[in-house]
Amino acid sequence: MRLAVTDLACARGGVPVLSGVSFTVEAGQALVLRGANGIGKTTLLRTLAGLQPALSGEIDLPDDQAAYASHADGIKAQLSVEENLSFWAEVYGNPVPDTIYEAFDLVDLRHRMAGTLSAGQKRRLGLSRLGVIGRKVLFLDEPTVSLDRFSVNLFADFIRDQHLAKGGIAVIATHIDLGLDAPELDLEPFRASADQSGGSDEAFL
Amino acid sequence: MSIWEYANPKKFMATTAPLIPWIFGGSMLLIAVGLLWGLFNTPAADQFEHSVKILFVHVPSALMAINGWMMMLVASLIWLIRRHHVSALAARAAAPIGAIMTVIALATGAIWGQPTWGTWWAWEPRLTSFLILFLFYIGYMALWTAIEDNDTAADLTSVLCIVGSVFAVLSRYAAMFWGKGLHQTATFSADRETNIDASFWWPAVISMLGFGLFFVALVLIRTNTHIRLRRADALEARARRAA
Amino acid sequence: MIALLKRDLWLAVRAGGGFGLGLAFFLIVVVLIPFGVGPDASVLEPIAPGILWVAALLACLLSLDRIFALDYEDGSLALLATSPLPLEGAALIKAIAHWLTTGLPLTLAAPMLGVLLHMNSEAYGYLFISLALGTPALSIIGTFGAALTVGLRRGGLLLSLLVLPLYVPTLVFGAEAVRRGAAGMDVTTPFVMLAGITAGAFALLPFASAAALRVNLR
Repeated sequence: MRLAVTDLACARGGVPVLSGVSFTVEAGQALVLRGANGIGKTTLLRTLAGLQPALSGEIDLPDDQAAYASHADGIKAQLSVEENLSFWAEVYGNPVPDTIYEAFDLVDLRHRMAGTLSAGQKRRLGLSRLGVIGRKVLFLDEPTVSLDRFSVNLFADFIRDQHLAKGGIAVIATHIDLGLDAPELDLEPFRASADQSGGSDEAFL
Repeated sequence: MSIWEYANPKKFMATTAPLIPWIFGGSMLLIAVGLLWGLFNTPAADQFEHSVKILFVHVPSALMAINGWMMMLVASLIWLIRRHHVSALAARAAAPIGAIMTVIALATGAIWGQPTWGTWWAWEPRLTSFLILFLFYIGYMALWTAIEDNDTAADLTSVLCIVGSVFAVLSRYAAMFWGKGLHQTATFSADRETNIDASFWWPAVISMLGFGLFFVALVLIRTNTHIRLRRADALEARARRAA
Repeated sequence: MIALLKRDLWLAVRAGGGFGLGLAFFLIVVVLIPFGVGPDASVLEPIAPGILWVAALLACLLSLDRIFALDYEDGSLALLATSPLPLEGAALIKAIAHWLTTGLPLTLAAPMLGVLLHMNSEAYGYLFISLALGTPALSIIGTFGAALTVGLRRGGLLLSLLVLPLYVPTLVFGAEAVRRGAAGMDVTTPFVMLAGITAGAFALLPFASAAALRVNLR
């Protein structure tokens, strides 16, 4: 299993932002995306996850293995931590592993309503979703926003020991050092030039 | 050479711009001939007297109101299948024209109805379905203006146009069914077109052709305007990015 | 799919307002009518079926913009779109959940409110059946409208504008069935049409809704 991206170009709001992106991630490896704000990290991850079409290029990854996570966690305030997790587990047809609560330090919060959690606790709950969906290829957009140092380490441990160690793949956009032994990809060289073709307004020029 | 070449916005503009004055002029000429002939050179019908002559505006505008929506439906399908921007913009351009034609048809119908049937309005199948058609036009235009991204707006309005067409047809059946229901409507449902006198035929046809060309001319003008707007946006965006 | 249905129903129950607001609105509209047209039973009786249908339709409209908006804002919709659950299925489930929390209570409550409008006693059964057949169509059509407007900040009013014309056939056949039933006429045709609209809408509109959702998530 591997993720291979070849000569990918993607657009935000019909305007090309990245072009010629190529990389390969083997099973058990992670890739960290770097680049200034607005370079197109989110756009790239959404394109890889299949939420928006690529302008050109190829994304080669195993069927039904991709999962996407962004700042918006999809947590329902009126459901408890456990109910939130078991919903996503059911959607993906998996059981909820008991270890997940420990991995994200949610044991004491298990029966709390998600609406009463702090921002960091919500983030941990949102990330723990990745442990119940059983997907091998994760596209993570700024997963550590509003996490303290301790929680960042929990998350890094989870990715390293429970995801990558089991042959998973992760592509992570982040500004901080996760302490993962992962190659970095700077997106700056792939910034689309002003006359990059493929924009939705191209026909009008 | 394929017809789709004209789906390129620049080619479309270059081809249609010089034609517009001719089509517009032709439509004006036909409408003038049709209306003058119709209004001053036809006999007054027995049961309608001179009020019947409003049909030279009423029938063509009603025809264009329906044709406008059909054109939007076809253009929407073309956009969804082949993704030609001109098609989406032509659908957008046609909507206000179709809506105005619907209003003209309803208004002239009311003015005609008052002396003939003794009422401005009746919940009769045709009137009802035109009113609903007008509501569809309004919803379609509102959706276009509400969405900022042009391609998103084109996609969503196209889907609305297709679903709306199905429900517009259903509404027409509903109104027809309703008309035959408890309400007594026989006096209104007489088919006006079939028992038309021969002396009315030619001016009516000329007027209809005139309205048809008028519609085409307006759609072309508005499509060109929308293409220019998109082009100005595209050039501005490109200049911003180059800076 | 069952998981999504269960979650949506739970959310409706816990958030409150799911069942309550629509029903309360229905009651208020129906109560307002006699204040407007006068208390005369001979005036109210013939218009009772129509009023109950229009009021049910408006109550249904009230909760439409919540179908996708909440999931869109908190990111669930993007996560659902990348999940194994097809968006068509999600749209269908959302419509069913909306019907269970809005259409079904309205259907059950409508006959009771018929009393307030002096509805013909013959009409109660027909009213119940026509609402039971017709309100699912209102939910699925509304879901389509909600999918079209989910990305818009002020989508609520636009949603009503888009959906109301689409409701016309359902309303016409639904109210006509009750009127005919009350008058002792044959109701087969309107009932068949009503059931046909509901079945057709459930078969086709989830695809249109999913297409609209995909465009809005892009």
